[in-house]
Amino acid sequence: MNKIGKPNLEIFSETLLSEAKKNKDIIVVTSDSRGSGKLVPFGKELPDQIIEVGIAEQNLVGVSSGLAAGGKIVFGVSPASFLTARSLEQIKNDVAYSDRNVSLIGISAGISYGQLGSTHHSIHDFATLRAINNMTIVAPADNFEASQAIKQSVSYDHPLYIRYGKKPMMDIHPPGTEFKIGKSIVVKKGEDLVILATGETLQRAYLASEILKESNIHCSIISMHTIKPFDKKTFIEFSKNSKAILTVEEHSIFGGLGECCASLIAQNNINVKLKILGIPDEYMINGSQADVLDHYDMSPEKIAKISKDLLNK
Amino acid sequence: MDLNQLKIKSLEYRKTILDIIYKSGAGHTGGSLSCIDILNVLYNKVLDINPKNFNEKDRNHYIHSKGHSVEALYTVLCDQGFFSRKDLEKLNHFNSHFIGHPTRKILGIEHNTGALGHGLSVAVGLALSKKIDKKTNKVFSLLGDGELSEGSVWEACTTASKYHLDNLIVIIDRNDLQITGKTEEVNPIEPIDKKFESFGFETISTNGNNISELLNVFKEIPIQKNKPTVIIAKTTKGSGVSFIENQINWHHKVPSEDEYGRAISELNEKLNSYE
Repeated sequence: MNKIGKPNLEIFSETLLSEAKKNKDIIVVTSDSRGSGKLVPFGKELPDQIIEVGIAEQNLVGVSSGLAAGGKIVFGVSPASFLTARSLEQIKNDVAYSDRNVSLIGISAGISYGQLGSTHHSIHDFATLRAINNMTIVAPADNFEASQAIKQSVSYDHPLYIRYGKKPMMDIHPPGTEFKIGKSIVVKKGEDLVILATGETLQRAYLASEILKESNIHCSIISMHTIKPFDKKTFIEFSKNSKAILTVEEHSIFGGLGECCASLIAQNNINVKLKILGIPDEYMINGSQADVLDHYDMSPEKIAKISKDLLNK
Repeated sequence: MDLNQLKIKSLEYRKTILDIIYKSGAGHTGGSLSCIDILNVLYNKVLDINPKNFNEKDRNHYIHSKGHSVEALYTVLCDQGFFSRKDLEKLNHFNSHFIGHPTRKILGIEHNTGALGHGLSVAVGLALSKKIDKKTNKVFSLLGDGELSEGSVWEACTTASKYHLDNLIVIIDRNDLQITGKTEEVNPIEPIDKKFESFGFETISTNGNNISELLNVFKEIPIQKNKPTVIIAKTTKGSGVSFIENQINWHHKVPSEDEYGRAISELNEKLNSYE
């Protein structure tokens, strides 16, 4: 059984603190988000490397861009919901179009805020940011991916968005796994179907694959931690040799992982069944992140059931 | 460069602005003419930004937040040798980087602007980077008066004030007009000075189309240590061409052949008075 690790958000803040101790040019910008971003220790240990702009997300992104223009390696940290909606124009113009070395960190992403409701959910961030040229989008799944994403972002001198959730995550990847922004990770290989997941839903897909194994159904599990640029090569290779594809994401069914796969299947004439799991277009049900994901068919059991249905088994 | 030479430059710049807008068939005539004297003084006397030091980190910076007045910026940058006049003639051509708003694809341009209310936050970030690096370089940003309705401008002001950015100089091109009409009718923004003062700025007002007044103002900055400065530069939209001045429809009107000829004649007459 895989070990349950820490919340990815904690891994983010620990990794960033350790990187920033080594590199004085790393500057964090927060919008009254120091606590929710687990950055209180960062503020105490490196007070000269943190800028606080208050509850002003548009300004956070603009200031981040300016700091980057001044040669800094900038991490703009704010709740994913506000960062990627309220500040969308600043992301588009001041970071992406102006090609600044800014890593935008969307904290408590997806439906991490649970009962706080739709104002606080970011189920639109993949869709909106995918349509912005020159943006890279990363959703780490486990603690390993969470720390690797930050380590690589330090030397990734282009616009980057990384989203983090706040529930403890199961360790998925064994030691020695390679992580590279833009390259998916094949967690396991199986001949019956391919389940692709991104971010925190990878854990659920992985557990579903364990359930399926009991019914002698073997699936491939792929961690699509980078939503853009999408690892087309791996996806096409697996989908051509598979009977069915299932995608799982903590995001709207529109414009995210699933629709990206659908587009690639259609445009590459691949004959494979596809099912997209995500948040449907409706007034969202309220509950904890876990309960909401379960409700929208993303419990391991439901993922396993839907997989069987796809295979007519 | 003495006062007369700067005044001659302003007239020459106005001719270039009209020329490139007329030839390319598009541009923001009124706003470019209102801010050209400010850019003249900045680039020829204040900023010390040139093609040789542009890629250096430790220098002054200028963010053109009212991006639509790009023809004024192109004109001054061309004169500073960032690119040739032949390059500038490609304004609005297919596949040209010389488009209707500034982009970093052109040497001399610091930041991609065009959507209003963005430049000041970026300037604040740049000014912060100078403070962090313990450098004395300054960051200048020009905003339109209509632009002051953008809430993000005021978000940026709170941070400028909090971090005591006395290396930040905001200039307001106060020409009183925006695309719909008078700023005070579209969405009143006065009292601009008191608004900025309450946000922690030191404010100073000047005639933004008067070279000698501008020279004096820039000598005084920062007005107060530990505080950001705002210069409210009272200007005339379309300044320098009688029939363009203060006319709302010249916000982005392109001169006809006749209008172009009359405008150039008027500017040539003024130039002749210096010879």
